[in-house]
This record gives sequence, C-alpha cells and structure tokens, in this order.
Amino acid sequence: MFFSFITNTVYSQKNIFKGNVSFINESNDKEPLAGVTVYWLNTNSGTLSDIDGNYKIPLSSSSNKLVFKYLGFKEQIIDVTEKIFYNIIMLNDDNILDEVTVNKKRKTIQKSYFKTQNITNVSSDELLKAACCNISESFETNPSIDVNYSNAVTGVKQVKMLGLESPYLLITEENIPMIRGASQVYGLSFIPGTWVESMQITKGSGSVVNGFESVSGQINVELKKPYSDSPFFVNVYTNNMGRNEINIHGNKIINDNLSTGLYLHANKNTSINDKNNDGFLDNPTSNAFNIFNRWQYINTQKGTVSFLGIRYMKDEKEIGESTDDMVFIREPWLGQINTNRFDSNFKYGYVNPSIPYQSLGFQMAYSNHEQDSFFGVRNYDINQRSFYSSLIYNSIIGSTLNKIKFGLNYSYDDFDETVDKKDVFYNRIDKSIGGFFEYSYDSMDAVSLVAGIRYDIHNNLGNFFTPRIHMRYQPFEKSVFRFSLGTGRKSSNIFSENQNIFATGREIKILNNSGKFYGLDPEKAFNYGLSFRQGFFINNREGDITFDYYVTDFDNQVVVDWETQGELSFYNLDGKSYAKSLQVDIEYQLIDNVLIKSTFKNFDVKKQYDSGLKQNPLTPKNRFFTNIEASTNEKENGSKWKFDLTYNWIGTQRLPNHTELADFNGSSPSYSLINSQITRVYSDKFEIYIGGENIGGYTQSNPIIGGDPFGVDFDTSLIYAPIHKALFYVGLRFNN
Amino acid sequence: MKYIIILSLFFSSLGFSQQSNLKSLNVSFLVKGVCEMCKDRIENGTLKLKGVKYVNWDIISSNISLIYNSKKISLDEIHKGISLLGHSTSKYTAPSEIYNSLPDCCLYETLEKH
Repeated sequence: MFFSFITNTVYSQKNIFKGNVSFINESNDKEPLAGVTVYWLNTNSGTLSDIDGNYKIPLSSSSNKLVFKYLGFKEQIIDVTEKIFYNIIMLNDDNILDEVTVNKKRKTIQKSYFKTQNITNVSSDELLKAACCNISESFETNPSIDVNYSNAVTGVKQVKMLGLESPYLLITEENIPMIRGASQVYGLSFIPGTWVESMQITKGSGSVVNGFESVSGQINVELKKPYSDSPFFVNVYTNNMGRNEINIHGNKIINDNLSTGLYLHANKNTSINDKNNDGFLDNPTSNAFNIFNRWQYINTQKGTVSFLGIRYMKDEKEIGESTDDMVFIREPWLGQINTNRFDSNFKYGYVNPSIPYQSLGFQMAYSNHEQDSFFGVRNYDINQRSFYSSLIYNSIIGSTLNKIKFGLNYSYDDFDETVDKKDVFYNRIDKSIGGFFEYSYDSMDAVSLVAGIRYDIHNNLGNFFTPRIHMRYQPFEKSVFRFSLGTGRKSSNIFSENQNIFATGREIKILNNSGKFYGLDPEKAFNYGLSFRQGFFINNREGDITFDYYVTDFDNQVVVDWETQGELSFYNLDGKSYAKSLQVDIEYQLIDNVLIKSTFKNFDVKKQYDSGLKQNPLTPKNRFFTNIEASTNEKENGSKWKFDLTYNWIGTQRLPNHTELADFNGSSPSYSLINSQITRVYSDKFEIYIGGENIGGYTQSNPIIGGDPFGVDFDTSLIYAPIHKALFYVGLRFNN
Repeated sequence: MKYIIILSLFFSSLGFSQQSNLKSLNVSFLVKGVCEMCKDRIENGTLKLKGVKYVNWDIISSNISLIYNSKKISLDEIHKGISLLGHSTSKYTAPSEIYNSLPDCCLYETLEKH
C-alpha cells in the first residue's frame, strides 16, 4: 500500500505544471496576484493561483494552451511546449472599469434554498464567536440547539435539539457515528472548537446512510484537513475562573499527494471557585490533553482521496466540596471523573475521473473509551470498545437528476460498566449489520426528494426496517417548503446518558426486567416536520423568515423519572410521549456590516410518568434568542474590529418535587443571559479577542440542595440556570 | 433469510447501476453563456434531454462536458436541444426569439462573463 503511494507521487509530480502569476502595482513593484483563473484552453481542467501567486495544474492531454484570466487584467494565453515553470506577469486592461467592489460577505450560518433536507451549515467563523473552547459550548450562539448545564458540580454542558436531549441526536464526525454510548455526556466537550472546519445540523430524521439511531436530528462535525488548513495556528485562552487553554496546529504538505497535520490541545483549571458560597466547587478543577495526527492523501488524476487519523485524549476532573478553608465534622463529598480515549479511523474515496457521477467510499473507525469516576460514595466506571465500518456507492439512474446511494454498515460495541457501590456490573455487546438504499431526485427546479430505507440486523434490537423521506418544494425563488418523515431507534445506555444521577443521593430503581438493556426495552420514535422559509428584501437589504414545526412521537422510550424525592426510576413508557417544537427565525442585514438574527422557540415536550402526563422537567416551554454581529470595514492589511452580542431569554421550566424547591411552586423563574465578544483583527494572521458570558450575572440561588451530601435528598442535578456569575475571557489567535 | 434482504438490496442496486454504464459516451464542446444563471439553465435543460446522464458547464471556458447514452440520443440532437434552450453551441445557433427571451443577465451576445 505504502509503496504504491510513493510511486504515484513521483509519477504525478512529473505531470504537474507549475508557475507563478504576478502584476506590476502602482509603485512599479512586482506583486503576486492571487485568485487568477488558470486553465487549459477548451477543457474543464483549471485552477486558481494561491495567495503567493503560485499555481499548479495537471498537464492536459487535449490542450497545450494555458489561459490566465483575472478581472481587470488582459487575458493571456501561452503555448506550453516544455514541462518547466512559467511565470506570468498580468497587464492591466484599460478597457475594463477601474474597480469593482464586491461587499457581500458569506454568512457564518448558512441555510440553503436548494438542499432537500433542513440542513444548517455552521462555519468555523461562527464557532469563533464562542471562543471557549469545545463544541458543546459553541452552540450557545446557534438558535437551533439549546445548551444547558446538566448539574451543579461537573461543569458539563449538554445540548438539546427539538426539545430532546443529546442521546436522541446522531452526532457524527465526518459521517462516522462518534458521540454515543459511553461518550454521550462528555463527548462533545472532548472535541476542541479549533479543530472544527464546519458543522452541519440536520433537523428531523436525517439520512439513512449513517444508521438508524437519529431520532430528532443529526450533527455532523467536519474536522480541519491537513491539505487545506493553514500551516501553523496557535490559540491561547484564559478566563477569570482560572481556566487556561492552548491549541496548536501544524500542517505540512509533504508532496502533491500527501499531507499531514498534528493538532494539540491542552487545558488546565487549578482555581478553587466557590463564588456562591455553597461549599461546593462551582466548576471542577481539571486537566486535559488531546492530540490528533491526521494524514491526507489525494490523487486527482486517479480520483482517490484517503484519510488516516489517530487520536488520544486524557481528561481529569475533580469535583465536590471545597476543602480549602473548612473544618469538616464529616467526610467531605468529593468526586473524580477520569477519561481516556483512543480513536483511529481510516477513509478511502474513489471517483472515476471519466465517470464523475460514480463514486465509492469506505470508512472504518475504532475507539476505546474508558471512564473511571466517583461521586461521593457512588461509582461509575465504563469502558466501551467500538468498531464501525461502512461502504457506500454513489451512482445515478438515467441521469444525474436521479441519484442513488447504497451500501452497508457494520458496527460492534462492547460495554463494560460498574455502577453505584461497585456492586452492580453490566456487560453488553451490541452488534449490527445493515444495508441501505437512498434515492434522490435532485434538480434546481421546484421539487426535489430524498427517499431512503435501511434494513438492520441487530443482536439486541432485532431485525427492522428504517424508512425516511425528505421533500422540498420551492414555488417561488425565495420561498421554500420542506417536509420530512422517518423513524429512529436506539439502545438506551441509561447510566452513561444520565450521569447526573450519580451526583445525587437518590436511590436508583429500574422497574422493568424483561428487556435486553438493563431490563428495559429499546427506544423507538417517529419524527415528522414541516419547514417554510421566505426570503425578502426590505430597503434593498436581504433577510428571511423561517418557520419550523417538528414532532417526535415515541413508540417506546425509557422514562427517566425524577418526580419522587429521594428516588430515580427508569421504566418503559406506558402511554404517550411526544416532543412538539415550533421555531420561528428572522434574519435581516440591517446595514452593510450588521446582521441581526432573532428566534422564538416553543417546546411542548410531554410524557406519561407513573404520576401522570407531564411536561419534561427542566425543559423551558418558551425561549427567545437574538444575536447581532457587526464589524468595521476591512482595511487593506486585513485589520478590522468584530462585535458580537447574544441575548437569550429562557422561560419558566417545570421543576420536579423537592422539599427545598417548594417555594417555586413547581416552576422555575424565567431569566435572561447576555454573551458578548469583541475581536480585534490586526491582520489575517493575528487577532485578539475578549468576551464575557452571562454578563448580567443571573444565577440559580440554590443549585445544590438536600442538606447532607450523603443523604437520599441530596441533589445537584435540578439545574435551571447558570451556576456561576459573569465570566470574562481573553485570548489570541495566530494563523500562518 | 434476513441476510438475504441486505445482500439482495446491495447487489441488485450494484447491477442496476453498472448496466447503465455500457453505452456511455463522453463529449465536450462549446456552449455560449456568461453567468451562474446560464450555468443553471444549461445544465438543468441539458439533463432533461432523454439519454443525457451527466452535465457540467464551465463558466470560464464556456465548455460543456457531458456523458450520454448513444442508443437513446445522438450528439446532433443534444446540440439542437441545447440551442433550443437559448444557448448557441458550436454547431447550432439559438433561434433569436428564444435568445431574446433569456433572463437579462444571460444575454451572452452582448455581455461579458460575470
């Protein structure tokens, strides 16, 4: 394998034609010209010159005339007779208008009118708005996803979509299912934000290609690619709570085909913070290290691309009572969460250059995730070893208007858990093999459709079909309707998905015993939704309004019942459970450099508990969100200021019964949060940012309740608001 | 039985998609156009000609490359079909009444590439 890589490299280097493009500027100096179109006359083979004016283009068999084109300059055509460097000087074209300025900026969150599925693309620029530090925190400026603290001691934030918790989302990394099982709660916080190139958020049931697990939606994370990422990057961050982070990336293009990247992340928090004086650390002291090495192989002539990645991370958190200046009349309540994870993956893609509509993709991934933790006297240890592989083939029926995808997935998961007082053990192996077929009718016309079906054979879930369909209807240029319908299933890893139960004194009960998952049955749901988007122009400026209405209906669900004080029960759903979500987004370009976004959300999430049909606890019925982003005009050297302000209003939430929460009468007060960030860009290489989170400083008055931390009433998980007051941070980014 | 469902799904699709490759021809020629709108019009319109499987029109070189099934459509018919969309090809000139009804941004006889 490796030998063939080397020979290919040499072979293709001989067939690459290189050179440099420059122009004579006003002060008569030669300057490189970026973005010049370079192509072989009468062919499709072309490229652009890079920032230094360099270009590379594979030799063409059908043409030896190379064309150089750039707006404002005369077109040049050269005859290529020898395989040597050609350096070109472009000449001003006096017949063309002096200057054309294009001042439409690409948005950081993009919604398409043409995609069949309801997909929002989040660029890395958007991720920068939440400077810290990992992707679970990056959604705070994104209205489709809600971020909540899951408890008062671990500092972990969990995401929700369409009113449902993250286990009901399929979270993939470059289309490999990633954050699942053991890594469900902490997994998103283990992906450093700076590693991410972009994210795609799909509302509704998603595609069948990646499996049967997605219920309310999918989040796909694309990581930086060594070939296209900048050669060197550093990000340093610190905040007033004592958290320090550093990210260093290095990428190297070894030759025309092979490139590699090394990505390092470390964070450390040694400060003891107990700003609300409840005796418990507001956030854990922690120590983490994350390293990722990635190789990318591209051969455009043969149509192959391949990735190989190896990653290791270690994360240690210490939580609990602050022992610093306290005299204890009993043992302090302390805890530790230690995680080790190893990941490796390999991907291979092939497109026949002469039949560009056929392609083949293969990927496989292995991971070993180990978490050892204790919370007071409760233990939770889990080890998950996973293997995943998939094979996908893309082709057409008749013409590219009708595309098909089909393939196979295989997945293997081995779970080992030790729960509670180190006396309960669980061991489970999930194995499944599935085949899928997806048809899409894809044109830029008014109607498009994606219909998929998959059949899976699973040792614990049984054998079943998963159908999913998406439709798009665009009656006018700026109006689009989308409809989706599908089913999803998942095995419920009740302990790893609900780790906040361990930071309570509640007695854990499992009320069923005939199912294959801790005695419980698998979860199954049906999701359907309708979306309408209308674009408009007011005052000659662009805006749009989107209405999304999605319903998730559970056939079976594992009910996590917090309703009885001192107890936590898991049982199979007996009756109804649904999540209905309505979201209205308005977006408008107020003036050239100011974009304003507003969102209103209503969640009606109810399920049948033993004690009746109730709204899910700690799920706000209504939310309101506004984000304003502004920037000054970019100067010639790339310098500018960027401003970002986010306002969140969170409505009342139902609180489970607890004697210490009796004053609230079962519902939490509503409150507002403000986040803001200012970035000073000095050049395209260097910038400094400063920001604040929860600037108003609203906090929950009693995040830790129940008195004696070793008693059954003790609870740190009934959290409806932030635990700490305003947080300020500062950091810098260097990019070369 | 259960594995047969998966395998038959896989191989029937595989056979199906391979079969359609047999009579494919690759061609490339000039089609006049100046903008992204032209690209949409040319590509969508050409794809709807029965027998055309794949189209890519390059705005810079004005070149169209396409793959078609020679049993279902001839190259001449493709040229004619594209010219009837209002975009002249290296073989046929678009009828002037169709050309005149093109969107303003696509009037390639008078406009520069944009």
